[in-house]
Amino acid sequence: MKHFLDITRETCPMTFVKVKLRLAKMQAGEQLEVLLNKGEPLENVPRSCEEQGYKVLSCEPTDNDQHMLLIEK
Amino acid sequence: MSKVAAVEKKKISIVCFSGEFDKMLAAYTIATGAAATNREVTMFFTFWGLNALKKERGRKSMGKDFLSRVFNWLMGGRNNLPLSRLNFGGASPKLMGGMMRKNNVAQLDELMQAASELGIRYFACEMSMHILGISKDDLIDDVQSVVGVATFLNESEDAHIIFI
Repeated sequence: MKHFLDITRETCPMTFVKVKLRLAKMQAGEQLEVLLNKGEPLENVPRSCEEQGYKVLSCEPTDNDQHMLLIEK
Repeated sequence: MSKVAAVEKKKISIVCFSGEFDKMLAAYTIATGAAATNREVTMFFTFWGLNALKKERGRKSMGKDFLSRVFNWLMGGRNNLPLSRLNFGGASPKLMGGMMRKNNVAQLDELMQAASELGIRYFACEMSMHILGISKDDLIDDVQSVVGVATFLNESEDAHIIFI
């Protein structure tokens, strides 16, 4: 099952908080797509997910200067 | 370093002393950001910081003697936290809240809700609660224990301690 979360309108620290809380509610093996802005969220959300043992499957730029991150729990 | 030690979480302990609106926002921003990035977070509320944890969000007389009842009424709860600068009789926190909403920045209530969901530990200071006549029943349910400084320090072993 794939979940989706848009954090492009969030500011620090809710960017990290919303990703963390969503991942906590998911089952192991499920995937989460996160739409995020460049800068602080792009630099740190993927890294903190990896530090917590989640797999970052991809992180690709989208058309409008944002990025789509795919994480597997 | 053993394998077990290598995967241990980093720890942060935040002493919430001032109880001012902006400083409480800073404390909760650090706390929730740290918890969301896999750190173990403890918040220790003492003196004016306890006002943010009162169940009663407005002004309420509480305490066992006249002075503590006056103090608690004057200090109020979460809705009465003053701005550390340019408070203008309590008008500024409301203006600041409006500016935060306009810029889509998390409000104190939202950060406190996130702190609860992230499992941040709350300790309340026994000594200042005794002085101010506040009981554990006066505080929100997130408060795990009423403790002294020795317990706080034991629980903060190997943690970065931040005083706000």
